[in-house]
Amino acid sequence: MTATTHRMPLARPPKVLVTKIGFDGHDRGSRIVAAYLRDAGMEVVYTGPWQEIPFVVNLALEEDVDVIGVSSLATDHLLVPKLMDALREAGLGHIGVIVGGIVPDDEEAVLKDAGVAHVFHAGSSREEIVASIEELVHTVRAQAA
Amino acid sequence: MTAAAKQVPDSEWLAKLQSGHRTTLARAITAVENETAGAGDIISAIHPHLGHAHVVGFTGPPGAGKSTLVSAYVAELRKRDLTVGVVAVDPSSPLTGGAILGDRIRMTAHTGDEGVFVRSLASRGHLGGLSRTAARVIDVMDAARRDVVVVETVGAGQSEVEVAEIAHTKVVVCAPGLGDDIQAIKAGILEIADVLVVNKADLPLADRTVKQLKGMLGLTKREGWTPPVLRTTATTGEGVDTLADKIDDHADAEGGLRASPVHRVQRLLAGIAAERLKRRIERQDDPAMTELCEAVLRGDVGFDAAASRALELLVKSKD
Ligand SMILES: Nc1nc2c(ncn2[C@@H]2O[C@H](COP(=O)(O)OP(=O)(O)O)[C@@H](O)[C@H]2O)c(=O)[nH]1
Ligand SMILES: [Mg+2]
Repeated sequence: MTATTHRMPLARPPKVLVTKIGFDGHDRGSRIVAAYLRDAGMEVVYTGPWQEIPFVVNLALEEDVDVIGVSSLATDHLLVPKLMDALREAGLGHIGVIVGGIVPDDEEAVLKDAGVAHVFHAGSSREEIVASIEELVHTVRAQAA
Repeated sequence: MTAAAKQVPDSEWLAKLQSGHRTTLARAITAVENETAGAGDIISAIHPHLGHAHVVGFTGPPGAGKSTLVSAYVAELRKRDLTVGVVAVDPSSPLTGGAILGDRIRMTAHTGDEGVFVRSLASRGHLGGLSRTAARVIDVMDAARRDVVVVETVGAGQSEVEVAEIAHTKVVVCAPGLGDDIQAIKAGILEIADVLVVNKADLPLADRTVKQLKGMLGLTKREGWTPPVLRTTATTGEGVDTLADKIDDHADAEGGLRASPVHRVQRLLAGIAAERLKRRIERQDDPAMTELCEAVLRGDVGFDAAASRALELLVKSKD
């Protein structure tokens, strides 16, 4: 079920915040991803849609998450660079950020420039998502150590 | 980043924690929650600084409105100028160990308020047991000078009830008109309640549930403090000020030793020792034990007397 990786197992389960910022309320995708991650043994803080950036930052801080996953089916991902700035400002620049959903190529480049670790497109498999997040958690924790 | 991560728990670190530095608190909780390499140092460093917080446990069946009520209670505490820490225990999947930590989403009203710090805790996979882990997390919040630490657990499994038990004041929450609800409460939770709450008082049948609970309370003997049965509507905040008053009264009435971290440890020890005793009594197969059980079956000996006798037999036995 969990992806095979060549690394040492993690000392504690990955902790991931799955959220939606902006105006789009279609949260089916983010719910499914949250369930995937839980079923892969991760601890998932799930917020539902329409969250504001300060709320997400506060949540990430209090819960000490490794990764934030932002689901975007419309234009919400355009807020992600702002989220990254806010995270850095709060001293949380170490947290890995990924975006999943519908993201045009040129906008993907903007996200990557802003420091987003991965962009998952519609149709990404469960295995792919779980494996990349595990990999990212390894990286994030190695940097923090 | 690296600089922040390498914080050792020296006096500077402690001062940061005590002055309310949120990232320091968050990382210290992660350390004790997961028993990381640095956890022992943190526990030693905070040890001399415990005993400030009043620990309040909220437990009860799923859906009773605990998270909503905790949020309303926190708002009331903030009105009273008290700082708050919340530990929300969410169930983990027994199969994968994963968890959706969702309780805190009902507590969104406090974003931006530095006087409130909410942290989720997944229920499974804790080496020393959930109640020991929860006690450590509470200790860290206590050392961070939170005036009140609120712990929310689902009153379902034994381990969750144990968590509620480490609180100084235990609030049992139920909702009206659920027969099963009352059953669940009967099965052990009522005994530990210091304050009983019928939440969703806006719904019909609330009066009946209040009456039922009062009836059930009348059956259990208690010394000193008599648990009040309150009504709240968590969604509007109605009744929450009275709830906060009663929780305060309980702390005053039972103050002293009960509020000390030593007492928290004493309770944990009692739980662990009780579990061991239980297993040993269950494993006893000497003829005297069999005879004792038969005497209970025949009605010659009552359960109370037989339990005392069972303890004596245990002391006499060698293993
Ligand atoms: N009518 C009514 N609904 C409430 C009240 N308190 C909570 N709820 C609702 O009950 C549901 C469960 O609440 P939640 O706080 O998650 O319950 P928990 O599982 O005990 O933590 C939510 O839909 C709440 O909005 C109340 O006082 N009255
Ligand atoms: Mg809850």
